[in-house]
Amino acid sequence: MNKTNMLSTQIQLSPEDFSPITLTEREQLDTLAEPVSFWQDAWRRLKQNKIATAAMIVLIIIAIFAFLGPIFSPFDYDEQIRGSENLAPCLKHPFGTDGHGRDLMVRAMVGCRISLLIGILASFMVLIIGSIYGAIAGLCGGMVDNIMMRIVELIYSVPEILIIIIIKLVIDTPLTEFINSHAIMKPFRTLGSGVVAIFIVYGLLYWVGMARIIRGQVLQLKEMEYVNSAVALGSNKRRLIAKHLLPNCIGQLIVTTALQIPSAIFTESFLSFLGLGVSVPMASLGSLASDALNGINSYPYRLFFPALIISLIILSFNLFADGLRDALDPKMKK
Amino acid sequence: MFKYVLKRVGMAIFTIFITITLTFFLMNAVPGNPFAAERQANEAAMNAMNEKYGLNVSTGEQYINYLKNLTKGDLGVSLSCYKDTPVTTLIAEKFPTSAKLGFFAILIAFFVGIPLGCLSAFHTKKLPDNIIRVFSTIGIAVPNFVIATLLMSLFACTFKVAPVLYDMDNFASAILPIITLSLYPTCYIIRLMRSSMLDAMGQDYIRTAKAKGMSKNSIIFKHALRNSIIPIITYMGPMVAGVLTGGFVVESIFAVPGLGATFVNSINSRDYNIIMGTTLFLATLVILMNLICDILYKVVDPRINLEK
Repeated sequence: MNKTNMLSTQIQLSPEDFSPITLTEREQLDTLAEPVSFWQDAWRRLKQNKIATAAMIVLIIIAIFAFLGPIFSPFDYDEQIRGSENLAPCLKHPFGTDGHGRDLMVRAMVGCRISLLIGILASFMVLIIGSIYGAIAGLCGGMVDNIMMRIVELIYSVPEILIIIIIKLVIDTPLTEFINSHAIMKPFRTLGSGVVAIFIVYGLLYWVGMARIIRGQVLQLKEMEYVNSAVALGSNKRRLIAKHLLPNCIGQLIVTTALQIPSAIFTESFLSFLGLGVSVPMASLGSLASDALNGINSYPYRLFFPALIISLIILSFNLFADGLRDALDPKMKK
Repeated sequence: MFKYVLKRVGMAIFTIFITITLTFFLMNAVPGNPFAAERQANEAAMNAMNEKYGLNVSTGEQYINYLKNLTKGDLGVSLSCYKDTPVTTLIAEKFPTSAKLGFFAILIAFFVGIPLGCLSAFHTKKLPDNIIRVFSTIGIAVPNFVIATLLMSLFACTFKVAPVLYDMDNFASAILPIITLSLYPTCYIIRLMRSSMLDAMGQDYIRTAKAKGMSKNSIIFKHALRNSIIPIITYMGPMVAGVLTGGFVVESIFAVPGLGATFVNSINSRDYNIIMGTTLFLATLVILMNLICDILYKVVDPRINLEK
């Protein structure tokens, strides 16, 4: 940016600053730029941000690895290959195999898929609950706002991870029964109730941050003239929120959701590492790392791959969300 | 001021009460019996056990009893994990270890995070800033169990410069757990400090100070640092919570006999009283910490409107 020394009072100017403008510069000043929409503008800014673009590419590669990888792998995540237990990384098993003879690469792929799914689904839940709650509190104001925000403060001040663990313990058994007895829930059976529980609980607890941000936005937006005219034209509160207030917070909504994803993935891997997440033989990046811990002396490479992938996912999501924030709302940049 | 403090304290007490109630009823809704592991098919023995631990009355009565005992500082006894040890004794025994590790981790976070954050802010877009930013971004992204296992395999297993497992009498064995615990808060403080320092340096009062001809050092220490350190205070509450919950993983990995490892053990054996007692203890600690930070925040910065 500017080369001024922060602690100096002098403005540094060069002779070029006083030279007359060139023809091309004048032309640029005279011609109006092509009109660009909000999304085109944001996309352009995002593309200019090298770090965010790199993070996006890494995420796409990881997504391909997680969702398409298992199709091309000759092994299954729970397939125990006799005679090839505890193999070091080789051509056939690039990540090696574990003590039961399972291919660790395909397990990492499946674990990666679970982490991504939990991150995205849980953040989506946070988005829905948080934005509606925040918008209602902001729009209604007064007593309603006061009570609703007190509840938010209450949830905010209790360490969530403790409550997550307790609620998870509570809903684990009923959830397992429910999943096993209903045909619709079949896809969740292999996942195990732990994962489903994590993402329900995550959605139930983490919306408070989102609600606070959206409430703040709505408090500003509701003073705008278009809201006034919408009220004058007879739109009710529901329509106001759905058609006017939330669409105008779209930048905030996207950025906060994007920042929520790495945090959800982090929580999932944390709980899986403690043995509270996916149930065997299903794998998640956290549980793979936890399995690797047992043989850390003899097989350190087992830890390396899941640890690398999970760090890459969280890092890329953080960087990408930062880039997204700068692209969608340059004013928000801190 | 007084009114504000009173309001905050009232709110904190209410929050603690809600946490107690919520935890109690949630714990009671957990299916499975703490004595199930003891292979007692005998119904009479089961009843005797239930009676001994006060589990034979209705949930409502149990709740009242629990609250009554709580006012006397009694959190019940361990049901299975640490057979019949009072939970308060257990906390008193285990918490100092966790607190010691946490204290040093927080100390490192402050004394490394704040200077590095300032350094980064004073050299924006130059080499030190770039290096610090890359490291702090990575430090925030890597989960603590990864760091713990990485440090362990690197320093304890490969180079053998530090002991693998925690040992009460050997301070060297506490170094790896402390580093693991401190990494996230340190990186977070670096980032926080950098942005708030940059913000402060752009303010009018800094320009005034420069115009008055104040020295570089007094501008930094008297104006910029004092103003930019305020956001760090608000981070103290979440930081304590993070270090305490981070302790679950770190203590399990390094076999530290602390509260975190006890909590994880009691979850696996469904020892209600320990789970509840620990949750209440940690939640209260964090709520109190948040309260102190909130009040401190207003005390330190007189510009903040108390009534709002």
